[in-house]
Amino acid sequence: MSFINTLINGEEGLFKSDSLTPMQKLTLRFVVVGLIYFGFVVIEGMLMRLYEYKPLPFITEPQFFAILTAHPLVGIFGSTYSIVFGAFLFLVPYLMKKPLWSIKLANWTFILVTSGTFIFWFAGFVSHYAPLYTLYWPLPADFTQFSVWGGTFFIAGIALVMVGSAFFVINIFKTIIYTPEGWEQQPSKELLASALGITGFRNLFTKNKKEHLVSLPVAAVARGSVDVALNTAIILFTGVLILVYMVAAILGFDLKSTAIDALLYKNWFWWGLDLIADGLVLIFVAGTWYLLAMMISGKPLFMQNIARAALLVELVVSWTVWSHHLLSDQAQPAILKVLSGEMVTAFELITQGLAFFITLATLWSARPLKMTNPLKFLLGGLLGFALAVPAGIMQADVGLNRILHNTQWVVGPHVHVAILVGLTMTLYSAIYILFPIITNGAKLYSQKLANVHFWCHLIGGIGMGAFMGMAGLRGMLRRSLYTHGEFNIYMLLAAICGTLLLIGFLTFFYNIVMSIGIKGVIGIFTPAKTKTKDLVPALEVI
Amino acid sequence: MVDSKMVLTGQTLAYTLYCIVLILLVVWFSIKVTGKGKGFGVKPVIFYTFVGFLTVLGVSLHLITYNTIPWAEMDLNRSDYTPDKTFVIKVKDHQFIMPSEKLLINVNDKVLFDVQSEDLTYGFGLFRDDNSMMFQMQVVPGHRNDLLWHFDREGVYTIRSTEYSGPKGVFMILKDVVQVVSVNATN
Repeated sequence: MSFINTLINGEEGLFKSDSLTPMQKLTLRFVVVGLIYFGFVVIEGMLMRLYEYKPLPFITEPQFFAILTAHPLVGIFGSTYSIVFGAFLFLVPYLMKKPLWSIKLANWTFILVTSGTFIFWFAGFVSHYAPLYTLYWPLPADFTQFSVWGGTFFIAGIALVMVGSAFFVINIFKTIIYTPEGWEQQPSKELLASALGITGFRNLFTKNKKEHLVSLPVAAVARGSVDVALNTAIILFTGVLILVYMVAAILGFDLKSTAIDALLYKNWFWWGLDLIADGLVLIFVAGTWYLLAMMISGKPLFMQNIARAALLVELVVSWTVWSHHLLSDQAQPAILKVLSGEMVTAFELITQGLAFFITLATLWSARPLKMTNPLKFLLGGLLGFALAVPAGIMQADVGLNRILHNTQWVVGPHVHVAILVGLTMTLYSAIYILFPIITNGAKLYSQKLANVHFWCHLIGGIGMGAFMGMAGLRGMLRRSLYTHGEFNIYMLLAAICGTLLLIGFLTFFYNIVMSIGIKGVIGIFTPAKTKTKDLVPALEVI
Repeated sequence: MVDSKMVLTGQTLAYTLYCIVLILLVVWFSIKVTGKGKGFGVKPVIFYTFVGFLTVLGVSLHLITYNTIPWAEMDLNRSDYTPDKTFVIKVKDHQFIMPSEKLLINVNDKVLFDVQSEDLTYGFGLFRDDNSMMFQMQVVPGHRNDLLWHFDREGVYTIRSTEYSGPKGVFMILKDVVQVVSVNATN
């Protein structure tokens, strides 16, 4: 097959977009959009990395901070939320062997997350609205520094993403509990209790133990979705509050920013925001590791009941750890710093450690395994979190936080290694394993390119985090600029590793486009030929 | 007193060692899990030992740092200490408003920095000549932001805002304004 033919029709012409069900198309749309936004994030990251080395003539300082504001938000909402929502809207019904409750609502999730991300990104790009994702009060309403109109569109874009997230949560829970047409009545309450962990909790105290009605990965999705819901409510509430100030400013009223207590605001906002980093991400990732380990090994999960209980502990822990973000706030009560900031946060070492061990033990039980793409990326994801979680536990310490807070240490070995290596490699593992299922048997164009993708991503991600961390330990702040080359050696090395990440991503994107062809990519975005609610053409279940 | 630089050196060594061991472990696992051999279940005792190890590690980290990092205890109980000197610093419109041009401190003084923001959330940090950080705290408007620090050696330090407060905040740097001198020198 010629290069041009493969580029147009995909590897061996195996991918036929006309054969896709509406659910397959929707899932693929989420993934494609998520990957495009990941491309935005990688390019933005590289621009900032180069700027940290030497200011670029075509980027002004306000623009730099606008990029710094958009970068994590596009990464979390535009990329990660898209891929995760798409995957789970497919996987939950797939694992429960019933159709999704509402494809229409799922389509709205897709539209809102995609358009909302574009709106806030574009608003930041045009107006340089740059209060960062932390939105520390009263910075988002400081109209002496930022455009009120830019800010209004920015916050409105975030709000759209949140509405899409709320629709996702509704769809997930309705799918778990509803009775499809023509089916025997489903035990809704029992299903919900099983998904949320109430059944397992009751079993601890009764002799008459009830069986778990939903599988472990579905329980993980449900529990992570609780955090999505809580996080959505907090961000929406905060967004509306900021919008009130913006609308007032547009109408000519100057509302006093002192009406809102900055520390109280910081507490509630971090409580909600932390439900992403220390809640849904960890729970979704643990659930995905378990599912991948079972699919790769073909064996039941090691210590399944403990794993199930750990997911519930993780959920409760995620509601009580926010104070580790306020260890440098001297007005924050010491009891909150020690209990929430240090002690409860340390539980994440235990819950993530358990997930790490259980996944490895499950894989071990099936040795010898073939080093497939899903397995190698899963191992990369496990390594990423095993490196990043202890780095986070170290900075969540009253003593160490005094010299680590807001340095590149926080954002390097902890945030970037967790997201780029831990989370993203887990997502890549899921994409590689689901690829033949959601494409009805399309074939990967090149295994060599998949290997290049793996090594570039792994080395680039760990290397970038390491060099940022070294700069942080020598005092380099995040969210700041150094114009005299103070940390240039570390920024240069981090930029080289960032380039590896970019090469890895472009290799992966090219490999996927060559696998399904340009015709296939376009076909994903055209209406489905069939109106079936089935997930795959001939209903398959694992 | 143990300096913050020494604490960071210890942390660097410990974390680097951990990373090397972990990477080697994953490499070993990758080779073994795909190599020749037969799969068998991991004994629960290994699992529970691992859980116990993580629990001890998680709790002991904070106990160790509390008892070895000198400023940790002092910070949590700073109201129990009487500072030798107090500096009230105001922050407004992306500027530090200092009580005097230079802040002079004697070696072995316990100094309270009381920083008050009149508009945005800022940061307040002291940095050495080589840009490494001595300490920092957040400066939240409408709240008390005070930090007690024991200066046990001579030095000259730069004040810098450690929290983002808009693009202008990048320039909130007061070079070499804190001077710690020996008592003899001040006499």
